[in-house]
Amino acid sequence: MAEAPSTTRNPFTHVETPAVGVAVEDLCKSFGTFEVLKHVSFSVAPGEIFVLMGPSGSGKSVLLKHIVGLELPSSGRVTVDNRDAAAEETREQVRMALVFQAGALFNSMTVYDNLALYPREHRIADEAGIREKVMRALQILSLENAAEKFPSELSGGMKKRVAIARALVMEPQLMLYDEPTSELDPVMSATIAEIIATLKDQYRVTTIVVSHDRDLALNISDRVGILMGGELLFLGTPAELRTPTDPRVADFLNPKIDLQNPRFKKLET
Amino acid sequence: MKQLIQILEGLGSTLQLLMRAASYAGTLPRQIGRFVEQCYTIGYTTLPIVAILSFFIGSVLALQSGHAAENFGPKQFIGLLVGLSMAAELGPVMVAVLLAGRVGSAIAAELASMKVYQEIDALETMNIPPARILVLPRLAAILVMMPVLTIIADLVGWFGGAIVAKYTHFISIEPESYFATMRQYMEFRDVWNGLVKAEVFGFVIVLVSCNIGLNTRGGPREIGASVTRAVVVSLILILVLDYFVTKALM
Ligand SMILES: Nc1ncnc2c1ncn2[C@@H]1O[C@H](COP(=O)(O)OP(=O)(O)OP(=O)(O)O)[C@@H](O)[C@H]1O
Ligand SMILES: [Mg+2]
Repeated sequence: MAEAPSTTRNPFTHVETPAVGVAVEDLCKSFGTFEVLKHVSFSVAPGEIFVLMGPSGSGKSVLLKHIVGLELPSSGRVTVDNRDAAAEETREQVRMALVFQAGALFNSMTVYDNLALYPREHRIADEAGIREKVMRALQILSLENAAEKFPSELSGGMKKRVAIARALVMEPQLMLYDEPTSELDPVMSATIAEIIATLKDQYRVTTIVVSHDRDLALNISDRVGILMGGELLFLGTPAELRTPTDPRVADFLNPKIDLQNPRFKKLET
Repeated sequence: MKQLIQILEGLGSTLQLLMRAASYAGTLPRQIGRFVEQCYTIGYTTLPIVAILSFFIGSVLALQSGHAAENFGPKQFIGLLVGLSMAAELGPVMVAVLLAGRVGSAIAAELASMKVYQEIDALETMNIPPARILVLPRLAAILVMMPVLTIIADLVGWFGGAIVAKYTHFISIEPESYFATMRQYMEFRDVWNGLVKAEVFGFVIVLVSCNIGLNTRGGPREIGASVTRAVVVSLILILVLDYFVTKALM
């Protein structure tokens, strides 16, 4: 494999910026008395693809929100490029994009305007340049025909793709996806996996993907973490993931469908 | 005690929002599109009802004072009475009350739903401050539209009073003498003070509604709660501020 460059290169403007790393140090988060994250620590190297897996409700989305500074830690610290993720200046200095689990599209704007908002507000290019970027991102996600539609007119999977396209237009140094492929068909899922891998190889975008998709984790990730009940139970390479030592992790990855002794029956005893 | 803390918190976050929005004032020229859109929305939603209401308030004022003056006093002073009441008090307060109901509620609903559906979060991760693109254009728009709406309310109210004064059989004074007393005894300052008041009301209503919308937490039910709260808080503030601004302008 060719050696990865040390800087991120903006795919549209070809401006080079340093690749950024992420560090989560002993992060705890409670909502009231409910502990969602318990002493979570890991780091993601610049230009790495980190896949975060875990059961529903284990705190994955909450963890991502800490990285972009939308939630503040109860204790512990999250840094992006050695800057405190909770500080507002960090967002000005590091370009980060989060693909929200529910899309979080701007409902009062067309798909085109959703994508164009970021470059317009930050005056990244003139209107013609923006049009080119936006149309290219829409094309990559097969959304050319949806440009003039409003989010309420889209299907669930289309909304997800618009959210991904909107993040691509931002040309981020750090890209966070919250279950990007959960509503997509197999071909589109593969396309997303290819996009993630390409951004890393060619532009050295640091990527964190929350996903239940084992193929994605095994094929494109550099490292995988598994979050269960707010604790990080596994942290390692995809190869190590094939032979997990913790029985809880093994059961999560390869749940046996047991018709003789189904899980919901175990609850009753 | 808990409520007092809530009120103080609300005041603090409102002032903070104001400071933020003000710090982006320099970006207003390139947000001219959003500014015009907001002016249009504010004017369009309130103008018809402002016109209807002030017409009837002017009429009722003329009717009441005409009735009272039937047995004593020169009737042409009805013009002055309607003129002063509309310009100094009823015009600004009525426009503000309508604004709280139509514009304040709409702003709170829109921003609350953006908050609940994570659009505000998305803006923040994009490093596009909501205070800049959502709050600032609205504040600027209300500063421009409020005097316009109030002047229209004053004029329509005066006109309504004049019609009633002419065609009510126990009053029947000609518009010439109705407006003559207004011209003679009213000062420009009376109208001007009313506009200052209206400006304060409008600005506060929009700012408070923005803040309540942006601080919504939870789900769709809380959107409704925010709308109600924006209207109630605005109405209370109008009446409280009315006293203090009136006093300050004396
Ligand atoms: N704002 C909040 N207030 C209170 N509790 C919250 C809040 N946000 C999340 N939680 C709780 O934190 C826990 C973790 O939520 P989170 O959304 O991170 O789960 P997740 O791992 O992303 O699950 P999924 O795979 O279903 O998306 C859940 O039990 C949820 O109820
Ligand atoms: Mg989630």
